[in-house]
Amino acid sequence: MAAIIELQRISKHYSKTIIGVDDVSLDVEDGEFVTLLGPSGCGKSTLLRMIGGFEAPTHGMIRLAGQDVTHVPPYRRDVNMVFQDYALFPHMTVGENIAYGLKIQGRSRAQARDMAVDALALVGLPDKIDQKPAQLSGGQRQRVALARAIVRRPKVLLLDEPLSALDARLRDQMRIEMKHLHEKVGITFIMVTHDQEEALTMSDRVVVMEKGRVAQDGRPQDLYDQPASPYVANFIGTTNFVAGSLTGRSPAGTRIASAAGDFTATADLALPQGAEVTLGFRPEKVRLLAEGETAANVVPGRIAEVIYYGLGLRTTVELAGGTQVHVDCLLPDSLARSAVPQPGAPVRLGIEPHNVFVFAGRVAA
Amino acid sequence: MSHKPSSSFVADTALTTFVCLLMAFLYVPIWVLIAFSFSSSRSLTWPIPGFTLDWYRKLFANADLLTAVGNSFYVATFASLLALAVGIPAAMALHRFNFWGKTLFRRLILLPITLPGIVTGISMLNMFRLFGFNPSLETVIIGHATALIGVVVTQVFARLQRLPKSLEEASSDLGAPPLHTFLHITLPNIRSAVFGAGLLSFVLSFDEIPVTFFLTGRDNTLPMYIYSTMRRGVTPEINAVGTLIVLASLILIIVSVLLSRDRSPR
Repeated sequence: MAAIIELQRISKHYSKTIIGVDDVSLDVEDGEFVTLLGPSGCGKSTLLRMIGGFEAPTHGMIRLAGQDVTHVPPYRRDVNMVFQDYALFPHMTVGENIAYGLKIQGRSRAQARDMAVDALALVGLPDKIDQKPAQLSGGQRQRVALARAIVRRPKVLLLDEPLSALDARLRDQMRIEMKHLHEKVGITFIMVTHDQEEALTMSDRVVVMEKGRVAQDGRPQDLYDQPASPYVANFIGTTNFVAGSLTGRSPAGTRIASAAGDFTATADLALPQGAEVTLGFRPEKVRLLAEGETAANVVPGRIAEVIYYGLGLRTTVELAGGTQVHVDCLLPDSLARSAVPQPGAPVRLGIEPHNVFVFAGRVAA
Repeated sequence: MSHKPSSSFVADTALTTFVCLLMAFLYVPIWVLIAFSFSSSRSLTWPIPGFTLDWYRKLFANADLLTAVGNSFYVATFASLLALAVGIPAAMALHRFNFWGKTLFRRLILLPITLPGIVTGISMLNMFRLFGFNPSLETVIIGHATALIGVVVTQVFARLQRLPKSLEEASSDLGAPPLHTFLHITLPNIRSAVFGAGLLSFVLSFDEIPVTFFLTGRDNTLPMYIYSTMRRGVTPEINAVGTLIVLASLILIIVSVLLSRDRSPR
C-alpha cells in the first residue's frame, strides 16, 4: 500500500517563540485509520488543519497521493473534513447540505439527491433529508456532517474531535459506528482527539503528540504495552512511576535498584551502570500477593487508601521510600469482598518483569 | 428583610405609570399628527371640527411635493445600495483579514457617523466644486453614503462575528471557491444584518437634511421641501405627508421583521 498522505518535516511557527507544530514527519497509508492524540495545545488540530489546507505550514511539504499540496487551497484538495462543531449550513436542509459539494462538482440535481440519500442511509439517517440542521439532535447532526464529508468520496477524511460535543453514551455508540463506517467506505481517516480511549478503540494507529512534536507513533497495543516515554505512559492509561538507578544486567533482564526495593525488567536500555532511570508499571498489571504467593518482582508496602468503583478496587499503596502507587484489582464475586484489604495493612506487590517499563532519567511523578 | 405586599404594589404602580408616560411621550405626537391630517379646519384646534380627506387630495395634486417624494426615494435607494456595496466588503475585510493599520481603517470608516452633517456637507461641497462636479441628487447620494457606510459596516461586522468561521471553511472544504462561498454561505447567513442595515440606511437617508442642504442642486428632497414650506406654518397638508410616512414606516418595519426573522434559531 502506498502512502496517501506524506508529511515531510512540517512546522508551523506563529512567531519566533510560539511554535504550533515542530518538525513533524508522518506517512499515512491508504485506507488507514490514524488518530492524532494529545492534550490541547499540542499541535494536533493545527496539523489536521494543515492537511485540510486551512492553514499553511511555515516549513516542510505535504503530499497527497504523491502530489505536493502544501499551498493548495482547501477547495482544490481531495480531502474532506468533519468539523468539531459540524459546521452544517443552517439555511439549507440536510439534503442540500450533503448535495452542496456534489453540485459544485457539476452533478445534476437528481444525481446529487440520489447520492445524498445513499450517504444518509450509510450513516443511518434515511428519513431526515428534508429537515433543517436546527431540527436535529446533536448525534444526528454529527451523522449529517459525516455524510456530507464522505459523499464526495475524498481520498482522506479528516475528523476534528468529532465526538467531543456528544454525551457519553452516544459517544460510545458513535465510536463503534465510525469504525464500521471506516471499514465500509475504505477511505483513509485521520482523526484528532484528546480522548485516549477514543484513540485506542477506533484507530489502526495512534500518533501521540507533545508540544508540537510526535512523542510516539504506533499501534494502540504497542503504545499501551511499550510506551516510549513517561509522557506517553501517563497519557495513555495510568502509570505508576518509581525513581531508581540501573545496577546491572542478568539473563532475566535489567536490574534496577530503588528505595522501594530491587526490580528486574525485561526492557533493556542502552544505559551505563548507575544511570538514573524511572520505572513504570500500570495499576492493573500489579497483583496484591496472598500469603505464600510469590512473583519475579516482589515489593513490600502498606495500604494507604481503598476506593471502590464497582468493577473493582483501586488501592493506593505506600512503598518504602514514601512513593505512593496505585493498584487495581477486580472483584470476581461478592465473596472476594471479605478479603478486601484494609487501610494500614501491610501488603506485597507482585509485578512481572515484562510489565515494568524503564525510562532514562528521572521524572517528577 | 420582610416585604410587605403594599410596597411591591407601590413599585408595580410606579413602574406601570412610568411606562405609560414614556409611551405617551413617544407616541402621542404621532397620534396628534395623524388626527390633524384629517381635520377640516386649517388652524390646529382641538377637538378637530370635522373629518376630511381634502389634504390628501391636495397632496396628490401637488406636483412639487410628489417630485420631492420621488427624489427622496431615488436618493435613499441609491445611497443605501452604495453603502451596502462598499460596506459589506469592508466589513468582510475587517472580519477576515489581519492587516497593517486595521484599527485605523476601522476608525476611519466609522468616523463619518460621528461627524456632524454640516461638516460632511460643507467639506463635500468644497470637494465637488474642486473637481468640477455640480451639486445634484447624485452628489447627495455620495454624501449620504459616506456616513451610511459606517452604519452598514457596524451591523454586518457584528453579524459576521457571530457567524462560526467553520461554515466558510466547510464550504471551501467541499470545493467551493471563495466567491461561491460568499454568495451561497456567507451572504445567506448575514442576510438579516444586510437587510437591517439597508433599511436603516434608507430611513436615515430619507429624512436627512444638513448634508442634503449643501449638496443638492435645484432638486428638493421631501424633508427639504417640508422644511421650506414650514415658513408658512404647519399646514394640514404637511400633516398628511407625515401620516403617510408613518404608514410607510410601519409597513417597512413589518416587512423587515418578517424577512429578517432567522428561520433557524441559533
